[in-house]
Amino acid sequence: MIPAAMLAAEPQPTHATAGAELPRLLSSSAPDRATTLEEHLAAHGELAPPRRRGRETGLIAEIDHAGLRGRGGAGFPTARKLRAVAASRKKPVVVLNATEGEPASRKDATLVTSVPHLGLDGAVLAARALGADEVIVAVCETAGESIDALARAIAERGTERHGPRIELRPTPPGYLAGQESALISHLNGGPGLPRFLGPMPFERGVGGRPTMLSNVETYSHIGLIGRHGADWFRELGTDTEPGSALVTISGVVADEGVYEIEWGTRLRALVQAAGGMTAAPRAALLGGYGGTWVGAEHLAELSLSDAALARHGASLGAGVIFLLDGAACPVAETARIVRWMADQSAHQCGPCANGLPALAGELEQLTHGVPAPAAPQRIEALAALVRRRGACGHPDGVSRMALSAIATFPDEFHDHAARGRCEACSAPSRLPLGAIRR
Amino acid sequence: MSHHLRVNPITCEAHGMCHELLPERIDLDEWGYPLFDSRPLEPELLDHARRAAQACPTFALLIEREKKPGRA
Repeated sequence: MIPAAMLAAEPQPTHATAGAELPRLLSSSAPDRATTLEEHLAAHGELAPPRRRGRETGLIAEIDHAGLRGRGGAGFPTARKLRAVAASRKKPVVVLNATEGEPASRKDATLVTSVPHLGLDGAVLAARALGADEVIVAVCETAGESIDALARAIAERGTERHGPRIELRPTPPGYLAGQESALISHLNGGPGLPRFLGPMPFERGVGGRPTMLSNVETYSHIGLIGRHGADWFRELGTDTEPGSALVTISGVVADEGVYEIEWGTRLRALVQAAGGMTAAPRAALLGGYGGTWVGAEHLAELSLSDAALARHGASLGAGVIFLLDGAACPVAETARIVRWMADQSAHQCGPCANGLPALAGELEQLTHGVPAPAAPQRIEALAALVRRRGACGHPDGVSRMALSAIATFPDEFHDHAARGRCEACSAPSRLPLGAIRR
Repeated sequence: MSHHLRVNPITCEAHGMCHELLPERIDLDEWGYPLFDSRPLEPELLDHARRAAQACPTFALLIEREKKPGRA
C-alpha cells in the first residue's frame, strides 16, 4: 500500500497551525500489515476508560463542534445522525460500514487492513455515547484480507468491561450491498436490497433498534476526535469542511493508491504526492461511479473541497479520483461504467431496472460501428427520466455521471453520434469493473 | 395541510391504473411507470387521487399529507 502523504491546503486555511500534520488516520500504519493493538495504543494513546453507567453525550457535542461529516459518500453531519439515534429511548446498535462497493475506492480496505483499531475505537466511542452494547462490523464476504485483519483486531481487543460486544458480519458482494437500507435489511436476515418504506434506521434499524450506521472512515475520525478533541480536528481543512479525508487516486498518476488529504488541498498537490502524472489527463471522474466527470481544463486549479467542487457539479463523495488519459475514449469508458451500474441495479424499481439498461444501450450505440445521431439526445432524456425515481439513489448517481460525460466531452459525443465508433472505443477499460454481479 | 402523491417504486408494477384515474396529475413513462411532480394536490383532485390509490393493484400509490424524504 502506498504511504499516506502530507498534503496541505492552499491557500492556507485560517485554522491551520504549525502543529497540524498529516497523516492522521494512517499515521500509525506499518507497511503491508495491520498495526497490532499494542502498536495502535503506543501511537495514539489509550481511550479514556468507559463510564460504568450512563451515556457519554459529551462526545456528540465534540463531534458536532468538529464538524465531522460522514465519509461513505453522502457527507451527512455525523453529530446530527448520532443525536437522532440518541433521541430514542430504546437501546441502540452501532454499525460500522466497511463494505466499500465502489470499484475504484480502496480507502476503507486500506483503513481496515492497516489501522483496524482506529475505526473500532470510533465505533466503541459512538456506542458509549449512545448507550449501545453492540457494534456490528460489516465487510464484504469476498474481501478476505479485510475480514482477517478485522477478525484479528476484534479478538485482540477482547471484551472490555462495560464495553460493547463487537461482531463481524460478512455481507454479500455488490455495489448496493453497503447502501444503508440494504445493509440493514441484510443484517436483519432479509435480502440485501434497498428498501423504500418503513422506519428510518435511526428509529428502527437492526433488530428493530435505533441504528447508528456510518462508514469506517467516519468512525476512524471519531477515534481521533475522542482522543484529541474538536479543536485539534479543525486545525486542518477549511472552516466549512474541517479535518482530513482519505481519497483513492488512480489513472494517469505514477503511484496509484490511497492518500490522506486536508480538505481544500489542490488536486495538483495530491497528484504531486502520487508521483506526478504519467500522461496528460483528458478528465477526472470524481466521487465514484455515480460521480461527476470534470474536464482537464479545470483540473490544474481544482481544490478538493465540496464547496469548490460544487462549482463543477461534483463532490468528493466516497473519495474516488480517477484521471482518464487522453488516449482513452471517454464515451466508451462512460458506456462501460453505465452498463456495469445497470447490472448492479437491485432490479426492484421499474425506472431503474428499465432505464439504466436503456441508457447503457444508447451509450453502447455510440461505440459501435454505425452513426447514431439521435443517441446523445436520447441519453439526456433517459438520464432525466430515471432521476429520483428509485427507492435508493442508484439511478440518480448514474444519471449524474452520464449527463456530466455529455457536458464534459461534447466533441467526442458529437463525433461518435455522427461517425460511430472511434479507434480507442475497443481499448481495454481504464476503470476497474469487477465481476458483474446480479 | 397539503397532500402529495408518492409512489413506492419497489411495489409499483406499472399497471397504469393511477394514470387512468388521475390523468390530470399522473403520466406514464415509456415502460408504464407513473410520472408526476411533487406539487401539492389541488383540493378538487383529492378524491380522484384517493380512488386512484385504492385502485392500484399493488397499493403502490401513496397520498401523503406532508412531503417526506423518499429515501431510507
